[in-house]
Amino acid sequence: MLNIGVLNQGIVIDHIKVGGAMKIYTYLDLENLDCSVAIIKNARSNKMGRKDIIKIEGTLEGINLDILGALDHKITINVIKDGKIIEKKNTKLPDKVSNILKCKNPRCISSIEHGITHSFKLTDRKNGIYRCVYCEHAFERLAFERMSNLSVNI
Amino acid sequence: MRHIISPTDLNLSELNELLSLAEDIIRDPEKYSDACRKKKLATLFYEPSTRTRLSFESAMLNLGGSILGFSSADSSSSTKGESVADTIRVISSYADICAMRHPKEGAPYVASLHSSIPVINAGDGGHNHPTQTFTDLLTIKNLKGRFDNLTVGFCGDLKFGRTVHSLIGALSRYTNIKFILISPEELKVPDYIKEEVLLQNNIPFEEERCLVSAIPKLDILYMTRVQKERFFNEADYIRLKDTYILNSKKMALAKEDMLVLHPLPRVNEIAVEVDDDPRAVYFKQAEYGVYVRMALILLLLREAEGRKTC
Repeated sequence: MLNIGVLNQGIVIDHIKVGGAMKIYTYLDLENLDCSVAIIKNARSNKMGRKDIIKIEGTLEGINLDILGALDHKITINVIKDGKIIEKKNTKLPDKVSNILKCKNPRCISSIEHGITHSFKLTDRKNGIYRCVYCEHAFERLAFERMSNLSVNI
Repeated sequence: MRHIISPTDLNLSELNELLSLAEDIIRDPEKYSDACRKKKLATLFYEPSTRTRLSFESAMLNLGGSILGFSSADSSSSTKGESVADTIRVISSYADICAMRHPKEGAPYVASLHSSIPVINAGDGGHNHPTQTFTDLLTIKNLKGRFDNLTVGFCGDLKFGRTVHSLIGALSRYTNIKFILISPEELKVPDYIKEEVLLQNNIPFEEERCLVSAIPKLDILYMTRVQKERFFNEADYIRLKDTYILNSKKMALAKEDMLVLHPLPRVNEIAVEVDDDPRAVYFKQAEYGVYVRMALILLLLREAEGRKTC
């Protein structure tokens, strides 16, 4: 595997579906963090064949990791301290996500109603399926548009 | 405030209460002729509808109430860019209850979030149409006498047909129900209905391309129209619209007590010659639609007021 350098303190967002890293970078607003961020695309993976990885140096402060579950529930998070993995986290699936995902159904009222809260609810925990609360269309993973005013209810 | 956005907003006990009340109205409509005196129903129809709007209006008039509203988006403030949320806030001060039809899916739900009067979903795009489902259930209950031990065939547009999705969901709550889903490949029941309703509840179902081979097995045949307004591409609509046509020859293969239901309007998917067959109950079904809407208006107004309206 390509060596990006030793991470002394920070997190590694691993097992990202190929092509998803840049979207997650944008989505987590990593460009505004005052720390080093490395994006590895198309890394070899025994589990997935190919995967993307993001390495973030520094503390977790300011990063809302819970929302990763709604985007791709196969993502894992490794917390690094003193150059060692001290914790491996699986992403949580929030029961509801508001103003994070946007419904892609052109027939949905959320496509035209001003000031509407874009809300999705978890309808199938086993398969991690979220549906729009208005039209019940399923969210297509990593086909999301970045939204402002992020909030998550767990 | 209680709203009816989806057919499953009523649990089985509430659904039984609704259908029992509708049956009592059928037995003695005079008893309810003044039940909603001085009450107003707003019919907010953002897209054309004949049956549903007139059925709601007839229901309220039968209850002694009044009606107001609009019957197309052109005659509402939505053409000026008014949101559904703002419209319902205003209408809440004009009427006691409202029925909303909207081409956008989820619009009545948005209305319910901002309304101080009960909102009834009268059809939102290809999504839900709960009062059609209640109508279908009242028809089956009255003419078949049961909801269990039935083989129900759905034929035609099973992809965009909201009445089909809703009725599958409603009937899945009863025992020993089997579905035969008859459609062309392009108009099959969406996977999520199969996965989240049928497979999750262990409901047996078959997918079939041929109406002729399915019809002898059915207790109920629910025909649907291929709806032009649900297609973005007119060429697809033209290619698929005449896939299934029910005629007397096919009816001859059916059980003697099979019922043919259709949410109407019918175009040519049921030949006119079938209308005289006693098993063709779609016009009777439309009549039941008025009774079930009367019952629903009564129940919601009762609950809104916290007292018995009749």
